[in-house]
Amino acid sequence: MSEKSVTPIIDVRELRKIYFLEKIQVKGINNVSFQIYPGDFISIMGPSGSGKSTLMNILGCLDTPTSGQYFLEQEEVSHLKENQLATIRNRKIGFVFQNFNLLPKLNAFQNVELPLLYAGIPKTIRREMVNSLLEKVGLSQRKYHRPNQLSGGQIQRVAIARALANNPSIILADEPTGNLDSRSGEEVMEVFQKLNEQGKTIILVTHEQDIAFHSKRILRFRDGQLEKEEHVDTPRKAEDFLQSAKETLEAS
Amino acid sequence: MNIFEKFQSAISNVLSNKLRSFLTMLGIIIGVAAVITMVSVGQGMRTNITSQIQSLGSNRLTVRPGFSRVPPGTGVMQRGEMNIFTYDHYLGLLNAQIGGIKAIGAQASTNKVITYEKEYTRTSIIGTTPNYPDLENFKTSMGRFFSQYDLDHMTRVVVLGQTVAEDLFGNVDSSIIGKKVKIGDVSFTIIGIMEKKTSMGMDRGDQVFIPITTAQKRITGNKYLQTITVETKTIEDMDSVSDYLNAYFLRKFDNDPDKFDIMNSQDILDTVTNVTGSITLFLVIISGISLLVGGIGIMNIMLVSVTERTREIGLRKAIGAKTTDILSQFIIEASVLSLSGGLIGIILGILSSLIVSKVSSWSTTISWPSIIYALGISVAVGLFFGIYPARRASQLNPITALRFE
Repeated sequence: MSEKSVTPIIDVRELRKIYFLEKIQVKGINNVSFQIYPGDFISIMGPSGSGKSTLMNILGCLDTPTSGQYFLEQEEVSHLKENQLATIRNRKIGFVFQNFNLLPKLNAFQNVELPLLYAGIPKTIRREMVNSLLEKVGLSQRKYHRPNQLSGGQIQRVAIARALANNPSIILADEPTGNLDSRSGEEVMEVFQKLNEQGKTIILVTHEQDIAFHSKRILRFRDGQLEKEEHVDTPRKAEDFLQSAKETLEAS
Repeated sequence: MNIFEKFQSAISNVLSNKLRSFLTMLGIIIGVAAVITMVSVGQGMRTNITSQIQSLGSNRLTVRPGFSRVPPGTGVMQRGEMNIFTYDHYLGLLNAQIGGIKAIGAQASTNKVITYEKEYTRTSIIGTTPNYPDLENFKTSMGRFFSQYDLDHMTRVVVLGQTVAEDLFGNVDSSIIGKKVKIGDVSFTIIGIMEKKTSMGMDRGDQVFIPITTAQKRITGNKYLQTITVETKTIEDMDSVSDYLNAYFLRKFDNDPDKFDIMNSQDILDTVTNVTGSITLFLVIISGISLLVGGIGIMNIMLVSVTERTREIGLRKAIGAKTTDILSQFIIEASVLSLSGGLIGIILGILSSLIVSKVSSWSTTISWPSIIYALGISVAVGLFFGIYPARRASQLNPITALRFE
């Protein structure tokens, strides 16, 4: 699917990010270039210190590169100001994090509502949107539960619903299954795969090989550079795993 | 997110930490309650004193010898000449027919022993004019005050104050009228008893009143008098009459302004208003310090809250909150804290000034300006002390904030 589209949704060219940690120069990423096309499902892998978090922050418009160019939907965003970046994060990118994904004092509904609030969408429309988003991730019944009343998998699904709120073209997930058991992890991956089928571009940062094999393409990083890019010929289907798990459960 | 929704979310945040929010508000609550109570007590005090002064008679100018004054540069109180005014000055004023004057009175006073049979007491003998009851707003309760006839003919009649009458006769009743008492060696006929009166905390019963002409001839033996009292027709006449009196006495006393003093009842009233105003201001400043401390408390808690919620701020920023969104979130939260503290403080302040007026004899006046002032100050405190923590929150870097443990 990715090859059909000529214009990449993400196009980074010679991206560099240099940090100063106690006056010592640290290269976060060094001369990285790649393209991501609409409908892609990418996994970014690499050991710690490989620069994948730095890259993730730049791709998510949380940070700007020291040099190089970043085109997001053909718009050069590498030199935008904080408030402009905030707007891009709000409209074009949906985030799912590993930890502290939801605000603990707000219930599921209110958490999903947040990006819509910041986008300035009126209340009545907002309510409808949040309801349909929660339905999409199968949590209509848990609308008024707070995060401490939800399981890890449910929290991540609420986070996904929130990430989808402003209908962004890209979902950026940073170790979304890192704190989950394999079954909940598969559930989350199932949601991602369904979203990908519906046309969302998904970028996943993970260090788990199994999880990475759910995606269509894997970018491996080492020492701040893109080491290797591989295609996954037959991505693992989370649906199949869940089906077989269910059968095992019924059989026993 | 409109302003209403922002307030809603701030309120729910404040409510989610009830004890801490309450303790934070406490400084503001106490400060506002103190300001309102102090202002209402101060205003009550002013009303009390003003009405007391007015009960002495309004539109009054009192001319007295300038016997106690501090000459410039010396810093030492000097006692000037007591005996400068004479009955002729009084008559001169009376005959001058000055516009705006309603009545003129004169007083010559001395201390003497007054005797009835074997009872005696030492008291102030006031020689004065028949218009004294009107001028001083001090009437007889029995019998009559002396008349112009008594003044003109220097009759030996006396009007006793309540305390003097009690000292001499025990029971005060109308049988006293007509009895004879001696002031010094001179025999006087009692024609009336004054009503009970205290003004400014002083008993005015320990005095007896005789015609000033009789006093000068029989008691003091000289032509001097101590006070000339002038009542003007209206308050507006006070200045012009005061000027006239000043010019008149300057002429009499070789242009020496130190010889006499003209006291204006309006001036006294103004002085009292000034003094109570300063006292109130002083109290308000002290309670204002409590407001300041309360504000610092709010700032402190807001700073703690920003640190505690670093990851929340990071997350909000990641999903699209702008700098101004975070800034307004925290400022509104600080304002909600201080505003609700202010409202609770107003209620407490009103209650406590009601209690003060019930328990003590002070009547308190709760004024709208003090309520509005207190409310305004508390909002201002919230805004002022909320800005710094809010700025700190809004300028957090989302990446560091998200990684914050």
